[in-house]
Amino acid sequence: MADTAITVEGARKKYGDKPALDGLDLTVARGAVHSVLGPNGAGKTTLVRILSTLLRPDAGRIEVAGHDVVTEAYDVRLRIGLLGQHAAVDEELSGYQNLEMFGRLYHLGTRHARVRAGELLERFGLADTGRKAVKQYSGGMRRRLDLAASLITEPEVLFLDEPTTGLDPRGRAEVWASVRSLAGGGTTVLLTTQYLEEADQLADRISVVDRGRVVADGTADALKALTGGDRIDVVLRDAGHLGAAVAVLPVPKDDVTVDTDRRLLSAPVTDRMAALSGVVRALEEAGIEAEDIALRRPTLDEVFLHVTADRVKEAA
Amino acid sequence: MTTYALTDSWTMTRRELAHWARQPVQIVVNVAFPVMLLLMFGYLVGGGRGVSGEYVDYLVPGMLALTMAFGLEGTMIAVTQDLNKGVIDRFRSMPMANGAILVGRSVADMLQSALALAVLIGVGLALGWRAHGGAAAFLGALGLLLLFRFAMLWIGIQLALVAGKPELVQAVQILVWPVGFLSNAFATPEAMPGWLGTVVQWNPMSHTATAVRDLFGNQGGEAGHVWPAVVWPLALLAVFFPLALRRFARLSK
Repeated sequence: MADTAITVEGARKKYGDKPALDGLDLTVARGAVHSVLGPNGAGKTTLVRILSTLLRPDAGRIEVAGHDVVTEAYDVRLRIGLLGQHAAVDEELSGYQNLEMFGRLYHLGTRHARVRAGELLERFGLADTGRKAVKQYSGGMRRRLDLAASLITEPEVLFLDEPTTGLDPRGRAEVWASVRSLAGGGTTVLLTTQYLEEADQLADRISVVDRGRVVADGTADALKALTGGDRIDVVLRDAGHLGAAVAVLPVPKDDVTVDTDRRLLSAPVTDRMAALSGVVRALEEAGIEAEDIALRRPTLDEVFLHVTADRVKEAA
Repeated sequence: MTTYALTDSWTMTRRELAHWARQPVQIVVNVAFPVMLLLMFGYLVGGGRGVSGEYVDYLVPGMLALTMAFGLEGTMIAVTQDLNKGVIDRFRSMPMANGAILVGRSVADMLQSALALAVLIGVGLALGWRAHGGAAAFLGALGLLLLFRFAMLWIGIQLALVAGKPELVQAVQILVWPVGFLSNAFATPEAMPGWLGTVVQWNPMSHTATAVRDLFGNQGGEAGHVWPAVVWPLALLAVFFPLALRRFARLSK
């Protein structure tokens, strides 16, 4: 137990007839940054709401920081921080008023709550805006205040539900930097996201979720390896040459995808450099003009389609 | 966990007070509304059916009771807005006393209603209304009004928790009006058609208004209504207070 921060066994939750969680299992090691990756409607938010005691599961054994989320909700609440999809701060109050209020509600006492509010505003670069009402904050500032509020008691486990959705690149970089520094301090972080890149950047381990279940689990590299690793994209000048290009390219033919509208073909590669020079040479020799050639990592879509395609095959 | 019930409720009350400090206009509007109604019925509409003598003598206690009844709307809107805000999720994920949010709301609403009573009484005095019953009776009347408001408050919380959405609030808001007006706030039940008079006499608000008139020594006051004016609100509270707390605890389902 000492090395597990989150245990989920057979979690189920239905909204009406629609299952949001359908027997989900998950284990998160203490001190890890664990990402739950999946499309909209996969059950990510339901999972976070159950883990943070906001929602009761219909079934399953769920423990956070060593306490059951249903029978020991109060003990769980003492040990968690939550950053939901929507800013969970009082928009009418200032940043300082918010943090002081939350500090009081964590029973820090008036003096400590005030000191802590000041510290956190300083740390998240909000010190000079501390007296302004939150509704006048930018999206990024709101998110930072929200994060600060989640960290008042230095929680053992922090839940981040799509923390960068709707943020501009700068706001995203700020949130990422904060998560990294928290993880360095030993906090267990469970992060949901729709973006493989985000999971890739931050997480030690990733669980891919679809229709309320974990369909794949592992490190970012292991998940990418599942789909065949990196891919090469080639955009031709003339869509009519796509067929000829597929024939001459030094790539496994059965894994090539062709998009006629975008004059694009895409294939998995193992050795990046050899594949790049091989493709360039093959196109030159065949006299096919390319507009663009790029090596890239698989996207979430590809990982996801790959993993769910396997499930469909298994079911068949 | 219950050891923090008081401090948490106080923190949540402070939150409401901080909202006031940031939006004083809201308070002014809330208090100005019953004053406007009082002036409208006192001068524009003028004279209630079945009321003899100075109408203001009859109207002011009625308006005080009606303002307490309409407080239900304000509570309901505030709770509904709160429940639809993101911050409620943070409160609920924190180790704070269950229900402190509702207690904070009720303390703030009671303060606002007390303020509204004070302003209405001030305006009433300026219009020539007087209380003749002495200090103890005066305080007793205020107590009855606030007790009635407290019952309305918890009905408002329960309705907000059940309705949940701002759209449904509007429907309830419209229904509050006939219930408020189906009382003896503006006219005596004797002056109404028989069945209507009966309904009006049964309205808990009518008991409060009659008892308050009695304590103030105003027209329309009748002895024997103080007990119903105590018992009715307590009975409503006995039903709606536990219902609202239970409903709030079950938000997680």
